[in-house]
Amino acid sequence: MDGIKDKVAIVGMGCTKFGERWDKGVEDLIVEAAYEAFEDAGIGPKDVQAAWIGTVFSGLSAITLSPLQLQYIPMTRVENMCATGSEALRAASYAVAAGVCDIALAVGVEKLKDSGATGVKGPSVVGDNQDGSSGIGPGYSAPASFAYMATRYFHEYNLKPEEGKRLLAQIAVKNHHNGSLNPKAHFQNELTIEQVVNAPIIAWPLGLFDCCGVSDGAAVAVVTRADIAKSFRKDPIYIKAMQINVGARQGAMRQDYDFVHIEENVLGSRKAYAEAGVKNPRQEISLAEVHDCFSIHEMIVYEDLGFSPRGRARDDIEAGTFTLKGDLPVNTDGGLKCFGHPLGASGLRMMYEVYKQLQGKAGPRQVKNPRLGLTHNLGGNAGTGICSCFIVGNEK
Amino acid sequence: MAGIRSIGVYLPIYRLPREEIARAWAGRSMAGTKAVAGYDEDAVTMAAATTLECLARRGDKADGLFLATTTAPYKEKQSAAIIASVTDLPEACHTADFTDSLRSTTIAIKAAIEAVKAGSAKNVIVAASDCRPAAAKGALELALGDGAAAVMIGSEDVIAEVEGSYSIFNDFTDYWRTADDTFVRTTEGRFIDEVGYLPAMQSAVSGLLKKYKLALADFTRVVYYASDTRQHAALARRLKLDKAQVQDPLYNEIGNTGTAAALLMLTAALEKARPGDRILFAGYGDGCDCFILRITDEIKKVQNKPPISPKLSGKINISYGQYLTWRNLIPAEASTLPERPPISLPGRWRERRAIAALYGARCKKCGTPQISQIGQAPRVCVQCQAKDEFEPYKFSDKKGKLFSYAIDQLQPTLNPPGVNGVVDFEGGGRLICELTDCEIDKVAVGMPLEMTFRKMFSSRGINNYFWKAKPVSE
Repeated sequence: MDGIKDKVAIVGMGCTKFGERWDKGVEDLIVEAAYEAFEDAGIGPKDVQAAWIGTVFSGLSAITLSPLQLQYIPMTRVENMCATGSEALRAASYAVAAGVCDIALAVGVEKLKDSGATGVKGPSVVGDNQDGSSGIGPGYSAPASFAYMATRYFHEYNLKPEEGKRLLAQIAVKNHHNGSLNPKAHFQNELTIEQVVNAPIIAWPLGLFDCCGVSDGAAVAVVTRADIAKSFRKDPIYIKAMQINVGARQGAMRQDYDFVHIEENVLGSRKAYAEAGVKNPRQEISLAEVHDCFSIHEMIVYEDLGFSPRGRARDDIEAGTFTLKGDLPVNTDGGLKCFGHPLGASGLRMMYEVYKQLQGKAGPRQVKNPRLGLTHNLGGNAGTGICSCFIVGNEK
Repeated sequence: MAGIRSIGVYLPIYRLPREEIARAWAGRSMAGTKAVAGYDEDAVTMAAATTLECLARRGDKADGLFLATTTAPYKEKQSAAIIASVTDLPEACHTADFTDSLRSTTIAIKAAIEAVKAGSAKNVIVAASDCRPAAAKGALELALGDGAAAVMIGSEDVIAEVEGSYSIFNDFTDYWRTADDTFVRTTEGRFIDEVGYLPAMQSAVSGLLKKYKLALADFTRVVYYASDTRQHAALARRLKLDKAQVQDPLYNEIGNTGTAAALLMLTAALEKARPGDRILFAGYGDGCDCFILRITDEIKKVQNKPPISPKLSGKINISYGQYLTWRNLIPAEASTLPERPPISLPGRWRERRAIAALYGARCKKCGTPQISQIGQAPRVCVQCQAKDEFEPYKFSDKKGKLFSYAIDQLQPTLNPPGVNGVVDFEGGGRLICELTDCEIDKVAVGMPLEMTFRKMFSSRGINNYFWKAKPVSE
């Protein structure tokens, strides 16, 4: 088993502006992102040999891709909650690595703002594995499922609620600053700590600005064999690791699952580091796009992914480690918080930022001399999580 | 001899002060409070709670369960069967709903006594539970409260022997409600008292005394239904009862709890009763059932834990606005969150053991108790991954501690904010579930919890009941 490292390269990417795209449908978002990716890769739709579409709510089956008018090629829809976009990229990359095609397309899309409801649509299928067909699951919102982590984290590390909230606020402030430098981000405003801690409470201790945006958007990647990547462009981005790590409700059923770390994240990232040959992530990872659906989770991810020692994320947050100018910038494009979170598109959106950063094309957000970038999603929540952890680099 | 073996009391923790109602309508302030079922409670959930307590007091199983109520959630579908499954009674348990009359409770008790005497049942629980609907701004809104009580009728180790009974029927229209009526209707009070209630009660009581050659002076206490305190006092005067004989109807604290009212008064009388005491107990509604109860030495066994007095005052006073929304008396804005999908009846049937008595499973290989928050019975152990090596394990009677919690402002609930918890059970196992009956500012990590059967939501006419955790009641 030698893994995916350096077998596949990304040679083109596209990403729509995220946000409330009232005037654009799923089809517009797909076409917008895909044609940016085609142009970036220097290919046309006819060059695509296989395609995967990731969406959670915005379309059944690969027919969702029909707006692209790809003519009779293998196409499949994939879904893995918030890791859906990453899952589409994994499928396309595996197909190329397997040698069954040379150019494959990974599409992620979500049109959340058509639901007419606030927040993310809940389970919708009878027999759904979230709520159960009997409908006896607790009817709480997504912020509540992450509030459990914040409450427990504060308890475990003796943080007074005001202390904990100020700590988390620094994450939102950082991500809003990054988003303010990004014309494609859903929100492009700066925030102050005071604004964050005084915002209306959504699920105690999480307030409005501890929660990510609910957005429309799409992102697309063109992947090909690493050995022919340079025939498309001089600066392809090479895939070093692609790991998915899925829980089995341990957090909901086992008393030893502690809610101050997410085992899915820990094991998923360790496997990714092994696959990529990363020995010291804090030193070797140049930047990371992580799943900051709620501020508490970005803080826990610092520890789960080995960026900060267990229980010590606070020191790094206060030292500015994860800001654009810090040692390990995290969510340089604004993250889910600010760029927005159209579920199926998010994994590919993260990769879009890492890809641009590794090519030195991130404009005012550009980090210095990046070599390795990481993307991370957590679908679901503690113990019922789907972690994706991908690592890419600009050298083979 | 047949008699009462055990008792149970369930009163919601919520009280609506009558002055709060008076304030809303700029009316004359009235003293006291009425007990109000929580937004997630109904006649079934309250009956289940009182039945569980009634069983627990004597550590027994029952082979009969009769529910007395005028507010069953279904017009067609038996509520007693729901309660029997929630309280984990054996399949051969005889279940029945006694409905349509406030006298249902004493009718059911009479039927239970007959069954025990005839030998067709050993222990029959009669649970009385009501949440009667009253229109806003009226006398009934001030008077009616919610609550439940239960007695176990059997013949061994009884706390009170039933020495005799006497019943009359009386086709009199004082309170009524048709299928089309949202609220209880009534008529002029003086007419009810003078022509209906008082003559009927007098006739039944004198019939009982005559049949058993007793006088009212032979009774330590007289416990009887009345629709309100005024009517209750009127009968005491009419019967010339000594003040010490009259059992307080509890209406000042909880209101008139319908089918549960007389039975709750009886539990209050039993709490104070001494061996040898004789109690006259009378239920009313379309007639009257009277019983002679004689207290035995066994009474001490239910008195070590006072059945009703600690529960009378309630814990949380609610506002009139809360009352209106909990009772669906006012159209409230719908949640802007996406709607929950309809529930699947086949799914509920498959997961019936988990839903009814909160059964999970314990792994026979590693001993780990486990339960899924969506009810699915485990096939592979969450701890050691052994396949199909499970024995049933009941969580509903286990205490737990709050490992973490989430107070959710977005959750669609009639009593916002939603309170949810990660509950770790004593003896093992974890469940993420909703919390109820909480004082929000007292919710804390480590808080001791117990499980309670509640209504989650309604879906296409189906009441979706399941268990929630609540702070341990002292």
